[in-house]
Parts: sequence; structure tokens; C-alpha cells
Amino acid sequence: MLGIRMHGRGGQGAVVASKILAKAYFKEGLFVQAFPAFGMERRGAAVAAYVRVDSSPALARGEIVNPDVCVVLDPKLLEMVDVTAGLASGVPIVLNYADGQVPQDLAGRFTLALIDANQIAINHRLGSRLAPIINTVVLGAYLKVVQDPPLKPETLFQAIEEGVPAKKQENAAAAREAYERVRVLEKS
Amino acid sequence: MKRVIMGTETAALAAVLARVQVVAAYPITPQTVTVEELSDYIGKGELDAAYITVESEHSAMAACVGASATGSRTFTATSSQGLALMHEMLHHAAGGRLPIVMLNANRALSPPWNLYCDHTDSLSQRDTGWIQYYCCDVQDVMDSTFIAYRVAEKVMLPVMINLDGFYLTHTSEVIDVPDQEEVDRYLPPYDPADKVDVDNPSTYGCVCGADLFSSLKYRRQMETLAVEQAWQEASDEFAAQFGRSHAPVQGHNLDDAEVVIVTIGTAGGAAQLAADALREEGVAAGSLNLAMVRPFPYESFRRAVSGAKHLVVLDRDVSFGAEGIVAQEVKSCLYGKSSAQVHCYIAGVGGMDITEEILADMARESLGGQKQGLELGDSIWIKVLP
Repeated sequence: MLGIRMHGRGGQGAVVASKILAKAYFKEGLFVQAFPAFGMERRGAAVAAYVRVDSSPALARGEIVNPDVCVVLDPKLLEMVDVTAGLASGVPIVLNYADGQVPQDLAGRFTLALIDANQIAINHRLGSRLAPIINTVVLGAYLKVVQDPPLKPETLFQAIEEGVPAKKQENAAAAREAYERVRVLEKS
Repeated sequence: MKRVIMGTETAALAAVLARVQVVAAYPITPQTVTVEELSDYIGKGELDAAYITVESEHSAMAACVGASATGSRTFTATSSQGLALMHEMLHHAAGGRLPIVMLNANRALSPPWNLYCDHTDSLSQRDTGWIQYYCCDVQDVMDSTFIAYRVAEKVMLPVMINLDGFYLTHTSEVIDVPDQEEVDRYLPPYDPADKVDVDNPSTYGCVCGADLFSSLKYRRQMETLAVEQAWQEASDEFAAQFGRSHAPVQGHNLDDAEVVIVTIGTAGGAAQLAADALREEGVAAGSLNLAMVRPFPYESFRRAVSGAKHLVVLDRDVSFGAEGIVAQEVKSCLYGKSSAQVHCYIAGVGGMDITEEILADMARESLGGQKQGLELGDSIWIKVLP
């Protein structure tokens, strides 16, 4: 089983991104379960979403305690939530992070996939300069560091086009750019 | 056609495929998506039905009672506080023999305020006369809606389809969505012989004295007890057409099981995993998903656990001053019929995850293993502060 945990803020699209990822793996012929864990339903509050991917239907439900990959949509969440909880050493963390910078306390302990999703979203006119919509952008970076089970980039981009309510091509193009530009720092 | 779909979306789509004619509902988390989607389907003309907006859940059920009495296939959805507010009308729907189908998203009752999974809401309505079915996964939400209408319209009783809040309502899974033609073949149009009709006036629900009242109750009890068999048959016919069964009692490795983990709702998945893990330790374990709580499926349940020595019952609810409600039901079912020990565990209320490990530990404790929680009255509470 592949267990994915996504961290975001209410309104940032972590739940939508988890469903897009689930539908992409479904297109690859796998069984999926996507599940959000809200605190109280408020914009801006920390939320988590989980995806289970397997060759048979998942019987377990709820939180994935030891995920195989962790996706963080907002760098400020690093100050609010322990995104490393339950992560084994070297597990990939896909993180929206400013270009040229590195989160020093995570570097070396985990495989980091860093992407300046805010900038890419702004370039593709997703959301506004102050509130860019970055959920699908980060999925492009995710693609680069998770290979098992296989997920073809074109499958993900198609799932993005089908899964977003507007600006379908822009979302897919932004994810494609993230896939090409992601900085991967291996565990030391 | 296979697709990935969320529990609440599935419930709305199932109502569309069942060709419901009237929806009267009031939104409440975590079922809101269901009534929003139904409103959309009706607004876009994809479902030929009346949507009655109301100011409360009491009115929602009152509107459903009226609509169903005219012979319309009627649907609603609610949760928690909303279900509690319907209470009086629930009695009316069942006593009026109205085959309404309602989705209830299981959610904790306040205070303190909590949006998450807990079964006290529906279980505290178990004496209203509604058939109660608990779904184990999203496919079950789709399929049991069709079975529910088929049974309801045969036995003339309402059905409450229960979905664990968030664990099902907000979970997206791969399910098989049947074609409209297939659903139509399984579920013919509802056309009752007796209905409120202005061209053919008659009176329903009028005053009844003691001479007939107890006889009517006796008759209703007789016909309610027969629902276990009616549901089983409807499930068998569904399985013959669609290849999936949704029986009142669903067992996993029960044939030689000495320890049986009993759950309702989505915890059935974790119970299967726990039973499998115990088997690897050499314990003859199985799991039983009690899908139907009303009427209690006495025959199937007794048969399923006939060889068991220990029943480990999970209650995501409590009846204050007594114990877990499912454990009470199980004890009542087995009294004088079985010497199995019934162990009541209260856990997973207000949204706490129920995992394979929690359930396996409960079973190990029942067999004399390490103490897991705090004993209180006849129940053991898991993961609570003393």
C-alpha cells in the first residue's frame, strides 16, 4: 500500500488535491481511498488529507500514521504542525518552498522535493498574487519523487484537468512546470 | 461503470438512480453535500422530482410523511442534532407505514460540539420503528439504497441508511455505479394500493381506541420482525443481478471462530484485519459486521456466532447509566441461547479512529491478555482519561 498524507490550510485545496491524486491512481487501474481530516471547518485552519493506494480495496480507514510520502502545501505550516510525525527516515516530503532556500531542519533527514509553487501559480494566473492557488502545482512536484506504484505524468495532468473547477489547462500546465522545475534533495 | 466518488455524492446519485420523486431536507454537516447535489440534479432537470425546502428537520420529516402518503417515492438526509429534532415525526413515519428512505450521517450529539463519527444519534432512535441499516463502505451506500426502497415498499416501513460521518460521508472510493436500466429492473416504480388521493378521499392516522390499538401494534411488530427475511431476500436478488450482497449480518471467517469481533458501520474493515492478525497468532478469530440493527437480525446473528466463546463488541456510542447499545442488543439476542461471553468496548466516539490494532488488543484482553482500557460498569472504555 502507498500511504500519502497532505497538509494544507482550509481553502487551500489539499482535499481537492487528494481527490485528484486518488483519481489519477484509479486511472492507472488501482484501488484508492481519499479521506480528509478537518479540524473545525474554517478557512486558514490546518487540515490534513490522506490517500491510500493499493491493488485491492483498503479495509483500514482514518489517519495514516506512517505515511510513505508527505505533501505540504504551505511552508508556514512547518511552524504549526509536525509534518514529520510518523515519517520514517528518508521518506519524501514534497514542500512548497521559496526558490533558492532550504528548510535546514528537514534537509538531510528526508528526501525533499522543493517547489516554489506560489511563483508558478502566479505565473499561470492561478488565484491572485496574495492568495495563489497552489494545490495542483505541488502535485507536479510530487510526481518526481514517488515512483511506486507507477503514475504516468500524463495521467496525473489529465486527472488535474478533470478535477479542477476552472482554468483546467492552466492548472495542468503549472503542474507540468513544477514537475520539470522541482529541486530534489536526497537524504544525506 | 467504475468511478471514484465520495460517500455523500454516492447517496445523492443513488437517490437519482432510484428515481425518487420528492426530496424534503435540511442541510447539516456531514450530510450537506447529499442534499446540495440532489438540489442540483433537480435544478438541472436530471432528476424529475420535487425539492421541498423547509426550515427544520422536524418539518423535513413532516413533509416526507405527507409526500410519501400520496404514494411518492420519498428521500431525505440528516445527521445527529437534525435526526434528534425529527424524533416525533420518525414515529409518525413508521406508524403510518410510509416507505421513506433517509440517509443519516452518523455524528456525535452535542454538547460538547463535535462533527465527527459516533453512533449514539441513530441508535437512540432505534425504538421509533424504522429499519436501520449501517453501511460498511461507499459501494454499500449505493447498493443499500436500492435494497432499502425495495424492502421498504414491500413491507411498508421506512428505512434509515446510516453512514459513518467523515469515514464514509467524506471518503472517496472506487465503486461500481450501475446503469439506470439495471436499477430500473431491480427497483420498479412505487405504486401503492392505498394512498392519499383527492379524487378518492379516505382518512389515515385517525383516532383508534384500545380495542384495536394493541392489535395494530402486534401486527406491526409481526411485520417488522419479518423484515430480516425480506432484506435477506432482497439482498440475494440484488446479488443475483449485480454480484454484490448486503445481508443483515456479514461475517468474515466465522465458521470455526471462537472469538468474534462485532462492529457496525465502517469499523468492519478494521475488524477483518484484526481477525486476520489474530489468526496469524493462532487465535481462531472472525469478525461480524452487524449491518442491520432494527429489526435486530436474531436468526442470522445467532447462527453466525453459534460456535463462538467470546464476542468482542465495539460500541461507538453509550447509553448513559447502562452500557454500549450494540452490546445490550447482542446480549439480549443471545440470552438463554448461547453461553458466549459478551465483552463491551466503548471506543471511537466523537471521531476517534478505530484501527486494526485497537480491535485486536480488545480481543486479546478478552482472552486474558493485557488490560486495555478503563472498566466502568459492564463496559471497558478505550483511550480515555481516568
